[in-house]
Amino acid sequence: MQKESQINNIINKNILDINKIRNDFPILNTKIGNYDLVYLDNASTTQKPNIVIDSIIDYYKNYNSNIHRGVHSLSQKATDAVELSRKKVKEFINAHSVKEIIFTKGATDSLNLVANIISESYLKEGDEIILTNMEHHANIVPWQLLSNKYNFQIKIIPIDDNGDLTYDEIENLITEKTKLISFVHISNTLGTINDVNFVLNLAKKYNLITVLDASQSIQHTQIDVTELDVDFLVFSAHKVYAPTGVGVLYGKEKLLNKLPPYQGGGDMILSVSFEQTILNELPFKYEAGTINIEGIIGLGYAIDYLNSLGLDKINYYETNLTKYCENKLKEIDEVTIIGNSVNKVSSNSFIVQNIHPHDIGSMLDNYGVAVRTGHHCTEPIMKRFGIPATTRASICFYNTTEEIDVFVEKLKEIIIFFK
Amino acid sequence: MNSELKQLYQEVILDHNKNPRNYGLLEGYNLLGVGKNPLCGDQYNIYIKFKDNKIIDIKFEGSGCAISKASASLMTTLVMNKTKEEAVKLFEDFQKIITSDINEEYELEKFGKLSVLVGVREFPARVKCAGLAWHTLYSAFENEVASKNENNINFENINSNISKIINVNSSEIIKNIASTE
Repeated sequence: MQKESQINNIINKNILDINKIRNDFPILNTKIGNYDLVYLDNASTTQKPNIVIDSIIDYYKNYNSNIHRGVHSLSQKATDAVELSRKKVKEFINAHSVKEIIFTKGATDSLNLVANIISESYLKEGDEIILTNMEHHANIVPWQLLSNKYNFQIKIIPIDDNGDLTYDEIENLITEKTKLISFVHISNTLGTINDVNFVLNLAKKYNLITVLDASQSIQHTQIDVTELDVDFLVFSAHKVYAPTGVGVLYGKEKLLNKLPPYQGGGDMILSVSFEQTILNELPFKYEAGTINIEGIIGLGYAIDYLNSLGLDKINYYETNLTKYCENKLKEIDEVTIIGNSVNKVSSNSFIVQNIHPHDIGSMLDNYGVAVRTGHHCTEPIMKRFGIPATTRASICFYNTTEEIDVFVEKLKEIIIFFK
Repeated sequence: MNSELKQLYQEVILDHNKNPRNYGLLEGYNLLGVGKNPLCGDQYNIYIKFKDNKIIDIKFEGSGCAISKASASLMTTLVMNKTKEEAVKLFEDFQKIITSDINEEYELEKFGKLSVLVGVREFPARVKCAGLAWHTLYSAFENEVASKNENNINFENINSNISKIINVNSSEIIKNIASTE
């Protein structure tokens, strides 16, 4: 196929020095039994480069201390490191101010935070919000819990057979009661890249609050929150080559200033007395307690690492590698790909005739290939396509065509075994 | 393929997966167990005709991985015509097999056909798969449903009519295994 050779050429053009990159990630040298690790589960979590791992060790070896109110040098150094990371995140997504960058425990925590503060203060009984049929449970369940409490309705944008949003149906869902739309940028199960600008422009036309789940896009494409003019954005650090236990909520300063606090405790206050407690300013108003200092420091270095490679180059390589994987899977008769959008990156979910994903995943593991099986925290997608589960291979820039070849070769062997 | 995986997916398992025994809806059942593993989408209904303390007929329906389906199929063949007490004893034997250190041939032989599942021990993530049908059987004894004469019961309806659904999670398995010690 002409298109296939085009893709192979792009992959081979060394826009990224893949060998050098792979050496930056020590875990990629691991063996699973007798086989080299082929890690194709990046949508679940990403591996960490030495620079991130070393930054955590450095912190604990040399300047571990609690932040923000210490007078001694260690505390000052730790505080500077955290605030430097905050600045790096702000620049990474082109926010206006560091006040708009809130550190949380992860994207799920960020979504719970924004859902709670908006529901409590802004959504009235009978109001409506819009989600999509491809959302991760983290962008469904918090809203469900709150809709029970505050009596607002949830409407869903359907998905078409290709795994794209049904864009012409979105406007029909909007009424004068609609107040907010929260949707995913890139689907962790289908790999679909949604037309964010289309949805945001429509939302702005009707004055909806907008929330974007960037959990699967922050690592694959440059995001500019100022250009997008989105109200809120969330992502998890562990999916962007940084440690677990850290996430980001970006929110427009003027919105966050008007919204109520979320968790109470130390640091999110200016002064406390039993008569009156005064809340702290942004971003600390939403950072109660001691945050994940080493994780946040690691996130800053992960951003540095990505910037050193260039996210545009990463995007180019990954888009083509995703297509390479998809094409190879399509060559197998027994395989059906779930999620055939023209615009995809990273994830390829598939089912195999008469073989359950669990069995495929176990057997691939035996050959050192790590994929994920199940519903990927997107049960509505499974229901939409009438399947209980898929097997999902999700790539990123340290994966290679050789690894995809191994994965596909072993998959073929497994299919024969079950015949 | 390594030897542990080969043992797990041995001939008998593959056979029961491809040609599950006692598969389908059982007309006139009076006991029903509904089992679901929400983590992976394995889902089975176990239908039983229970009379005079005996399982006089048993069938199962549903979808899931090879291990779960083979285990369900195997289970139906083993508990057919057994009393409730005998079936429960088999369940306990099954739990022993998948958690024990038994390696001697002669020891495994005691468990008869159940011994084919011994390979599951090496794959803790699959213990839930092998156990689903058995836990569902156990739960069926706690549900007595009047026999239905309609022929148009589909899978969806059954799920929504049953209030007691077994969600097999690892803490349940561990709890159950511990209690047989």
